[in-house]
Amino acid sequence: MADPFHIVVCGSLVPDPLQTLEPVAGAQGPGLKNETMLPAVLDPWAGHALFEAANLAKQVAGSQVWLVTLGPKAKLQQLMMTIAQKVPFQLVVLDGTASGFADAHEVATALATAIQGIPGLDRNRLLLFGGCASASRDSGVTLQLVGEQLGIRDQFLGVDELGIEPDGALHILERVEGGQYQVSRCVAPPAVLAWATGSLPEPHNNPQVGMMNMRTIMPQLQKAKPVTVGCAGIQYDTVKLPSQRRDTRVVRDVPAADIAREIVDWLKA
Amino acid sequence: MSGLLLILHPLPDGSLSKSARETVTVAQTTAQALGMPWCIGLSGSATQKAADALAGTGAASILAVAGADFDVPRYASDAAAAEALARQSGAEIVLAPASARFSRCLAGVAQRLGGRIDTHITGLEVNGGTLRARRWYYRQRMEAVFSRAHRPWFLLIDGGIATPWQGPAGQAAVTAVAVTLADDSRRTTVVGLQAPASDAQTIRPDANVLFVAGAGWTKKQADGQPHVGEAATLIRGFLGKAQASLGSSKSLVDLKTEGQQTLDFMSHLNQVGQTGSTPRHPKGLSTCCHGEEPHVVGWRFIGERRAINLDPNCGWAQGKADVVYVADAFEVMRNVNAMLGAS
Ligand SMILES: Cc1cc2nc3c(=O)[nH]c(=O)nc-3n(C[C@H](O)[C@H](O)[C@H](O)COP(=O)(O)OP(=O)(O)OC[C@H]3O[C@@H](n4cnc5c(N)ncnc54)[C@H](O)[C@@H]3O)c2cc1C
Repeated sequence: MADPFHIVVCGSLVPDPLQTLEPVAGAQGPGLKNETMLPAVLDPWAGHALFEAANLAKQVAGSQVWLVTLGPKAKLQQLMMTIAQKVPFQLVVLDGTASGFADAHEVATALATAIQGIPGLDRNRLLLFGGCASASRDSGVTLQLVGEQLGIRDQFLGVDELGIEPDGALHILERVEGGQYQVSRCVAPPAVLAWATGSLPEPHNNPQVGMMNMRTIMPQLQKAKPVTVGCAGIQYDTVKLPSQRRDTRVVRDVPAADIAREIVDWLKA
Repeated sequence: MSGLLLILHPLPDGSLSKSARETVTVAQTTAQALGMPWCIGLSGSATQKAADALAGTGAASILAVAGADFDVPRYASDAAAAEALARQSGAEIVLAPASARFSRCLAGVAQRLGGRIDTHITGLEVNGGTLRARRWYYRQRMEAVFSRAHRPWFLLIDGGIATPWQGPAGQAAVTAVAVTLADDSRRTTVVGLQAPASDAQTIRPDANVLFVAGAGWTKKQADGQPHVGEAATLIRGFLGKAQASLGSSKSLVDLKTEGQQTLDFMSHLNQVGQTGSTPRHPKGLSTCCHGEEPHVVGWRFIGERRAINLDPNCGWAQGKADVVYVADAFEVMRNVNAMLGAS
């Protein structure tokens, strides 16, 4: 069986995708209207990474999972009420903005510093997990930047599958162009895996896991260090919602054959 | 630090992908607007052939990291090659297409050079000598135009935003850039590509039309029964006849992970939207999909949009599509397929 893994998952919160978002200009750069009031969810692809991490840790005895998160402490506390019941993990909190307009480079440096400070973390067994892109900045670079800062030179982006071979090597499927997977083999950790959807459904809430997690989560939230990340050196000229709202023509009570003819003509036009 | 560098990966036969040729156009216009010299950096075993194909682009020079080691789409070797090219060029602006390969490694290269990177760039403009980039935030919800003071500035350019460059081949002088790969750069081996069986190749980035299937295809219909088998036949029939690319809503592909009966040729790779893809096609036809916002944000780069839905109040009817047909998609698509088959 493989040696235990030390899995660090980077992930934060994003506004619930069903919310209407509106940009506003602030002193520190752009932000969202009523940002502090918007209901938040765990960033979806980071969530998949967390569930995959927990699943791997369950399979390889002795493995540990940390969730390293940068976000406003009060909102993280709310988020933990749901996430903590899903899978076991230890939390590392950085109290700061989760804005999509914060520069990925500043965020990555804060995350890398926090990871370096995790007591007992075996960097030779480290699998650095996270989402392949956030639902806020959507840049897809943060994990790569953290990985470089930690000196990890085996990196994978858009991962849907990780298998452990009998000799402990990592077997990885990454999304590439045209609906294909690139299949790679990496001899051993450390490695960076930026996850896409993976293959696991969202775990059901388990109050026992919640209680166990909360014992470490609450103290971590209380002692969370404030960090300042922003967008130094970036000049945002405009941030706009798309103006285009289509003038929809609703076609009803028309026979299917006539609709089909119209669609075929449109496709061929 | 000065000038602009465009980094490209030639295909194994020395040709260049469409998105690579689009980025050539972006590099030409950007360098010209900035009044900067520009050069091209290549890597792999087919660099001379690719350089010859690019001889007429107007690039001041072509640099190449040559060798079969650099054909492999692997972080360690791709990053080493791009790092060497960027250092050798001394460029302050570095452009590359947003391919899976560059997306995997270029942020790491920016970090090594003490630079900054921005991705998913949908436009570059120069005003008053300042380079401004355009990109979307919050998964296509809002668009920003911004500039950066820091150099070098790396930018990954999204496909479909420029006309692919075309020009006659010539004989290009190539400046070799030497890179010796450290042993630990080979810890990862690329085994190959896992392509779907050819009849299940449903994602076609260059298709004229995106066909989206929603969860409605698997739901109980007017007779109180689901008709998943017929849904599969209709959808595959249409994809084959129209050479369309297949997209899905999240609800439909999630059915598979939840173990319910669904369409076996669909996977999360087909999912469009907030936690799926944002493809670029001239036309899109949505069927049995409600058109909720987390899905529709993935349609940002779809030109003309039509939807077939039983519900006249579905999301598409709220200004998100050009035309909504309030009708049974099974019946309409049966007719569409028959007409396409006959023509
Ligand atoms: C964090 C998060 C991320 C998300 N990301 C995404 C994403 O990336 N992509 C995405 O798609 N969704 C996403 N969603 C989910 C999204 O909110 C919707 O739940 C989902 O898009 C609904 O899928 P649907 O329209 O196929 O299914 P449903 O809402 O079930 O709609 C089915 C539709 O089919 C129609 N229908 C049924 N039978 C017929 C028929 N015979 N003919 C015509 N019409 C018929 C019905 O009228 C209905 O409108 C996300 C949600 C969250 C919370």
